[in-house]
Amino acid sequence: MLEIRNLHASVNGKEILNGINLKVQAGEVHAIMGPNGSGKSTLAQVLAGRETYEATEGEVLYEGKDLLAMSPEDRAREGVFLAFQYPVEIPGVSNIYFLKAALNAVRKHKGLEEVDAVDFLQLVKQRTKLVEIDESLLNRPVNEGFSGGEKKRNEIFHMAVLEPKLAILDETDSGLDIDALRIVADGVNKLRKKDNAVIVVTHYQRLLNYIVPDFVHVLVDGRIVKSGGKELALELEERGYEWVKEADRVAIQA
Amino acid sequence: MTSTNQAVDCYRSHFEAFERTLNGESQSGLHQLRREAMGKLSDSGFPTTRHEEWKFTNIAPITKIDFKPVFSSDAEGIQADQVRRFSFGTHHQLVFVDGHFSIELSTVGTLPKGVYCGSLAAAVKVSGDRVQQYLGRQVKIDETPFVSLNTAFLIDGAFIQIPDGVILEESIHLLFIASGRGQVLIAPRNLIVLGKRSQASIVESYVSLKDSQYLTDAVTEIIVGDEAVLEHDKLQKESSDAFHVAMIHARLAAKTTFTSNSIAIGGSIVRNNVTAILDAEGSECTLNGLSLATASQIIDNHTTIDHAKPHCASHELYKSILDGRSRGVFNGKIFVRPQAQKTDAKQTNKTLLLSDDATVDTKPQLEIFADDVKCTHGATVGQLDADQVFYLRSRGIDEMTARDILTFAFASDVVSRVHVPPLRIQLEALIHGRLDQGRKL
Repeated sequence: MLEIRNLHASVNGKEILNGINLKVQAGEVHAIMGPNGSGKSTLAQVLAGRETYEATEGEVLYEGKDLLAMSPEDRAREGVFLAFQYPVEIPGVSNIYFLKAALNAVRKHKGLEEVDAVDFLQLVKQRTKLVEIDESLLNRPVNEGFSGGEKKRNEIFHMAVLEPKLAILDETDSGLDIDALRIVADGVNKLRKKDNAVIVVTHYQRLLNYIVPDFVHVLVDGRIVKSGGKELALELEERGYEWVKEADRVAIQA
Repeated sequence: MTSTNQAVDCYRSHFEAFERTLNGESQSGLHQLRREAMGKLSDSGFPTTRHEEWKFTNIAPITKIDFKPVFSSDAEGIQADQVRRFSFGTHHQLVFVDGHFSIELSTVGTLPKGVYCGSLAAAVKVSGDRVQQYLGRQVKIDETPFVSLNTAFLIDGAFIQIPDGVILEESIHLLFIASGRGQVLIAPRNLIVLGKRSQASIVESYVSLKDSQYLTDAVTEIIVGDEAVLEHDKLQKESSDAFHVAMIHARLAAKTTFTSNSIAIGGSIVRNNVTAILDAEGSECTLNGLSLATASQIIDNHTTIDHAKPHCASHELYKSILDGRSRGVFNGKIFVRPQAQKTDAKQTNKTLLLSDDATVDTKPQLEIFADDVKCTHGATVGQLDADQVFYLRSRGIDEMTARDILTFAFASDVVSRVHVPPLRIQLEALIHGRLDQGRKL
């Protein structure tokens, strides 16, 4: 589904990603872990098409297409979804209006009719239950005045309505208490299907107790320095990131 | 001789010609007022950018043209269905063509007893005293040179009087249509008088049947009686070649609730003055404004809130969306007089610049002479937020639509404050249309 080959990216001339290689197949869950400043969020933003980051080298193929050549909206319409680390507040635009515009943009791209108002309401109501989000948040301006937990849940709610093929969750666990974490993770798990994939970007292992990854990658200084199964996350939790960094330095010297 | 004096000379010769047609009426109290106003205009001349009140807006293009005053109604050839598109569903709609009341095009539904809702000229004829105890007594005839000009050619406009205790359920629409007959001066004069504990909402809209270059110089005097509630909405969508200069002047008695919503979309050079005098205790005054400008439009809003007495509150929110090479001006005066203790005044001005060439001048002007008061003001100028645009795009919404959604949201903050639902819906549609048309304003 996704293949990242030797991806380099920089912001304001400063290189953040330093040759990322990653393959994600349909049905898989990949966790990307790493210390602060290792480039995790940059990777997520580059995949979503944020213009402040410049991909300077390498390529990203998404379902065989050149992802980096696509506009952010086309990526979204083709099924790429980024759950933001810091969801943006949009005063004056109701959550439900925004979602309807987004869903219709995706549908139009697929050659489908605009969603019927009754069907849309039904879909939305059903999906609010999935992430246990209060229905009152639907008619409020997007994220405005939402608590930190509500914002994160709202991201997963958007994901539940838009049903992306490739979901990238950027530190969705940060700022969540343990109950909210479980609700969000349950929501993500319920949305898992054979033909979609999830990339979970996280600093801590705890989210991975609930969203169990097939692969764990450790990002250090803009490169994946170690990959493994779900047990790698536990090992990181126990031994810290210094251990992989040290191993990486030894490997480079060798 | 400067060009502004030439303009005054032109208006004076039109005035003299007008006087010659009046015969006996030239001795009337109303005509004395006109003559006095013509004298004031001759003394002051038109302002230039050297005048403090006009320094941001150069009105030279307006004074270069010899606009001919329209002395009588000429609604012939205008069909009711040409007017219908400017309606928004109220039964009380007074239509003015080039500033003169058209009885054929107007409709007035059933109104409570004692309500006057009709032509000012007719009211002057039938009961001059009823009108003249208010007319020209709220706004000074030399408040601005354009008020003088309007008063010099004061013939018609709307007169609305609501007796004590009467609550109007339905809003009154004053529809000012420019017929597009050429370079004319359209000078409607409106007088709105609300009795004690009465309630009403009144909408003024300024539109044109076809593009042409004319000058609308409108003055609306408003008197709000004790404990009365008035919402005054104004929608200005004149021809893109037209000039629009207007004064809304409201005097508020005790414990009133007054709201002015001023939406400016059309015109080439636009100057709106809105003044509210809080003349007794316990009133609440809200002034909101929204300007949408593009190409080389200039939209200048000058507001004045005069806290003359204690225990009053005022809230002000003026927003502009500027595209192309357009210019916006906001000058917000708040006076708090020495005896006006416990005043609570809040002013906010926000400008959204959609192009690199659009500019804005914003000037809060707070003059506070009382010590136990709460006064705040804030102004922001900015572009659409890149994070917000990206957030919308990352969910599949294309960039132009994302920008439109965010721009609309910025505008709807003001539009949502209009409490006449059919008008609000029309305004929303109007703004949506503006955004969709050229993908820009």
